[in-house]
Amino acid sequence: MIYNEPSPLEVKVISQRFTLPNSAAIDTYLATDGYLAVKKALGMTPEAIIDEMKASNLRGRGGAGFPTGMKWSFVPRKTDKPRYIICNSDESEPGTCKDRLLMENDPHQLLEGMMIAGWTVGSNKGYVFIRGEYRYLIDIVDRAIAEAYERGFLGKNVFGSGWDFDIYTHTGAGAYECGEESALLESLEGKRGIPRLKPPFPAVVGAWQSPTLLNNCETFSAVPAILRMGGPAYAELGTPKNGGTRLFCISGHVNKPGVYELPLGFNLLRMIDEVCGGMRNGKKLKAVIPGGSSSPVLKAQECDVPMDFDSMAKLKTMAGSGGVVVLDEDTDIVQLAMRTMKFYQHESCGWCIPCREGTTWLKKILDRFHEGDGRSEDIPLIGELARNMLGRTFCALGDAAAMPTIGFIEKFRDEFEAHLLKTQDPQSPELIVL
Amino acid sequence: MADLVTFTIDGRQLQAPAGTLVINAAKKAGIEIPAFCYYDGLALQAACRMCLVEIEKMPKLQPSCTMPVAEGMVVHTDSEQVKGARKGMLEFLLTNHPLDCPVCDKGGECELQDMTFRYGAAESRFVEIKVHEDEKQWSPVVYYDPARCILCYRCVRICDEGLGVNALSIGNRGVHSEIIPNNSDHLNCDECGACIDICPVGALTSGAYRYKTRPWEMDHVGTICTHCSNGCKTTLGVRNGEIIRGNNRDRSGVNGEFLCVKGRYAFDFTKAPGRLETPLMRVNGKLQPVSWAQALAAVGQKFSEIKQRNGKFGIIGSNHTTNEENFYLQKFARHVLGTSNIDHHRTGDITTLMDALQGRENALATVGDLYTTKAALIVDNDLAQQQPLLAFQLRANWRHHKANVYAVTPGPVREDQYAKKIVRAAEGQEFEALESLRDQLQAEEELVILFGDPIKGDAVRKLVAFGDSLGKPVKYVCLVDYSNSRGAADMGLLPDLLPGYRSVRDAGLEPGLAYDEILNSSDLDALWVIGANPLSRHELVAANAFVVVQDLFLTETAQRADIVLPASSAYEKEGTVTNVCGEVQQLKRAARVMGSKPDLEIIGLISKEMKANIGIWKSSKVLNEIRAEVSSYRFPLIVVESGGAAATNPVNGPVPSTRSDLVQSARNNLFHSGTLGRHCSTLKAVVEAPGTIYGELVNEPEEALEPSTTQQ
Ligand SMILES: Cc1cc2nc3c(=O)[nH]c(=O)nc-3n(C[C@H](O)[C@H](O)[C@H](O)COP(=O)(O)O)c2cc1C
Ligand code: SF4
Ligand code: SF4
Ligand code: SF4
Ligand code: FES
Repeated sequence: MIYNEPSPLEVKVISQRFTLPNSAAIDTYLATDGYLAVKKALGMTPEAIIDEMKASNLRGRGGAGFPTGMKWSFVPRKTDKPRYIICNSDESEPGTCKDRLLMENDPHQLLEGMMIAGWTVGSNKGYVFIRGEYRYLIDIVDRAIAEAYERGFLGKNVFGSGWDFDIYTHTGAGAYECGEESALLESLEGKRGIPRLKPPFPAVVGAWQSPTLLNNCETFSAVPAILRMGGPAYAELGTPKNGGTRLFCISGHVNKPGVYELPLGFNLLRMIDEVCGGMRNGKKLKAVIPGGSSSPVLKAQECDVPMDFDSMAKLKTMAGSGGVVVLDEDTDIVQLAMRTMKFYQHESCGWCIPCREGTTWLKKILDRFHEGDGRSEDIPLIGELARNMLGRTFCALGDAAAMPTIGFIEKFRDEFEAHLLKTQDPQSPELIVL
Repeated sequence: MADLVTFTIDGRQLQAPAGTLVINAAKKAGIEIPAFCYYDGLALQAACRMCLVEIEKMPKLQPSCTMPVAEGMVVHTDSEQVKGARKGMLEFLLTNHPLDCPVCDKGGECELQDMTFRYGAAESRFVEIKVHEDEKQWSPVVYYDPARCILCYRCVRICDEGLGVNALSIGNRGVHSEIIPNNSDHLNCDECGACIDICPVGALTSGAYRYKTRPWEMDHVGTICTHCSNGCKTTLGVRNGEIIRGNNRDRSGVNGEFLCVKGRYAFDFTKAPGRLETPLMRVNGKLQPVSWAQALAAVGQKFSEIKQRNGKFGIIGSNHTTNEENFYLQKFARHVLGTSNIDHHRTGDITTLMDALQGRENALATVGDLYTTKAALIVDNDLAQQQPLLAFQLRANWRHHKANVYAVTPGPVREDQYAKKIVRAAEGQEFEALESLRDQLQAEEELVILFGDPIKGDAVRKLVAFGDSLGKPVKYVCLVDYSNSRGAADMGLLPDLLPGYRSVRDAGLEPGLAYDEILNSSDLDALWVIGANPLSRHELVAANAFVVVQDLFLTETAQRADIVLPASSAYEKEGTVTNVCGEVQQLKRAARVMGSKPDLEIIGLISKEMKANIGIWKSSKVLNEIRAEVSSYRFPLIVVESGGAAATNPVNGPVPSTRSDLVQSARNNLFHSGTLGRHCSTLKAVVEAPGTIYGELVNEPEEALEPSTTQQ
């Protein structure tokens, strides 16, 4: 089941089966080019596959947008150690809800992508790490895995290639931080979900001290199509260095929120107006959070921009996880900043000082400020504390908390000041009882 | 050595081996980079972010505790950005810190205070409500105050990596993170207090010390632990002549900062109830308090009388008394009393080892060697329980240098966690086990063999022959029990050996009675026991013998005495002791206990009563005498006097040793320490007491019945 009407502007590459009846079933998948890509891959050398991936200009859909082909090439293949394929389906970035659709509606596409990755780096074992709250999806993916085993697609001697590949699901326990790749590995190994020191990166020393290829669920899901259509054709769909399509999860004050597959570089305003049917209740656009809650906000006047990794970076924000949150003129930025920080404070793993204490302090200030007990010195203090966190924490969660906060304070300082004036009632100065 | 790389810190060109961490390179150059979570020798965490520095061409500040230096790297530790980051980090850290410095044990010794003073802001901008969590007691020894905890994870690492106990972990998430015992709500651990000591703040506090004093009110006396044979330096915090704390934060001594529960907490025997503070004399069948003058006169008179009629003396010395006291005692026995009937409780067959190694240099391993040797073999000992520092050293060697450790033991030991090869062999079957290891041992470049008391007599010779047959450099450690077990043997508290393991015949004397022969001798006229408790295990056959006992407590032996002389403990006197590895270290007087006297002085006073002159009872003078007689003690004095450990070499000639059958360990473990242990409230309080050896509970002999003396 999908949750929104498709848009005619969509370019359906990885979501093409979403609307088919029984889309998750293996027969549906087989009837629509399913498992052709992996068969093709089994006839290719790892180098050729990696070249294809590089040519596709696919960039990681988990948030950082790292070129996928390059990541694949980092995994050492000449080693005695086992190698692991890990799918990051922890999807916890506020505003993001695409991996969920991919697993629910097309789990075999994901499995096939992981298999191709497995063959490429010489791995025999893959894990799908699914956030604990996606209980029902674990069942769906497990069912798909069972189907693939039944057909002999997984397990020993995949498609007669002599190569063995197993896939397991593993569930998170409800921590945003466990979506961070190294914390995910700790969690997978049964430990407390805290990030690891990098370098070494997971590609070299990952799960159980072995080379590990870890990609986002959407990243893996794009792989079969890339092999079928060829890397250059996939790249062609997007903009230079930002190949292909991605699932944009558009939420907020638009008429038709939903998950839409659009080419990279699709204009943000067109996304709002043409894909999502414009602003809800005819309100004016105030701002957009372009790539999940961690990405700094864009003001309305900055929104006439192609949605790809490089264009977002130019605006000092991020395409991130594809979670686009559209905000209308009535949005209370102070409340938004407070609510955002509340999330990060709750999710900070606590390992390092600046994130653990910084998010807690900021949440308290923003809470108080929002409640109406703000002081004028709080406004610069919020910005300063966020800057004291930025770039100084152990992992990127601290940055993810600091960046949007700095964005809100810098771009909407006037709203903070107005909130202060509104809540400080000049009519009733503090009563001092002696 | 790794390749040298050239780099710049704060404008100074420096060179260091590739792989050196920036924080350490800076430290070597005298540039301090503040750090909480970085700790020498423990796993890297990069969690506190105090050590961030600016490195040119890198987009953001980098933790210097995980960043290796690189060719051409340019580091700034004093830029405005770095200063701002430190200030910001401390500001964050202090937000939820209770700032109860005025009542905190750590006040004055706290790294957070020091860092804030040096790098922090003078003012706080935090006006919110702090996160608070109540303090918890984890054991009689360890208390944890989560509010004060800065989550540097040093405690977790020292316990897991350092000790192999792994009693601590991190629980909860985010700002609610805290340290939790792995054993739900309490500790079941070594109770070593290493976690408390390593804590940079007052989050972990010690049950023995908390809220007793301010650190600056104490004098800090670095002396040697008086319990096991490993010879750890323990720095005693003394206020008004009373010891209130033990630790070794300055890492002086062979142990660095390591201490076990005994070295850190087992000092309160010094003021335990029952501590003797006045001489006692049997009057009408009952021990009555008397003056020192009376008691000494009585002993002198009786000894003179027995000597005059050529009576039979038996003397049992101590494993705890100093080298000087032991030397002085045997000298007094041999020259004044004219007897060779002198012995002590032998807890390891050091004499046979000395004989087997005669003529060799560098055949005895030092505590330091255990940290550097490429391989070690443990035979018949539960090292972590019985020889805690040696166990710690070997483990550190394995962690830092990947040393190969082999264990041949009758039961499970902690070294099993990491040993390259473990062979379980019952006592008596060790040599078959050793043969099974031969190929592996032969492949090692060098080896240290540590052996426990079941290896004695011929077995020691066989073990040395086995070592020789490997054709590699092998060093040995004969594991003994107490703080000066080794010194007792070195100083000739033996019926057949003079100081330095020379035959008594060299001095024209005949060998005397050994330990059991003294106790079994029906015509013994006098038994003189110094710092030992033979009658807890043996009978005294000579019912009419005149018994003199020097001790801290009214032990079973003291209860049988005619005269009891209250002695000072090692923490109350000067002198030297020799550890299990033959390293000589100096005691420093920490406490004073009214009424007691050091054994050296007591022996001197008795000789004075007998109008004999065996030299002045000043330990430095006696040490000179020792050095004149015992060649291996001719180490540079400055080493010992400046608080160092002087290694001694084995003797050069054959050792006519006898009575290896008397060798028997007291099987003390972490929570036992003979008579002293029985009077340590901390050792008795911990739930782990009485502790284990090879995973099996060891029951200590019942506490001595201590009938109230007539003092009350
Ligand atoms: C705090 C934090 C949370 C993250 N959560 C997720 C997540 O839920 N899903 C995800 O795919 N990547 C997440 N990431 C990014 C991953 O660390 C990693 O970069 C990504 O999974 C790599 O896959 P890709 O190259 O295919 O994007 C998170 C990163 C951080 C710092
Ligand atoms: S920035 Fe630090 S506290 Fe925050 S999630 Fe990462 S490691 Fe944990
Ligand atoms: S007292 Fe020692 S053994 Fe116990 S938790 Fe602390 S460090 Fe670990
Ligand atoms: S208790 Fe002390 S040593 Fe342990 S994490 Fe907290 S501050 Fe660090
Ligand atoms: S000392 Fe480097 S982060 Fe703690």
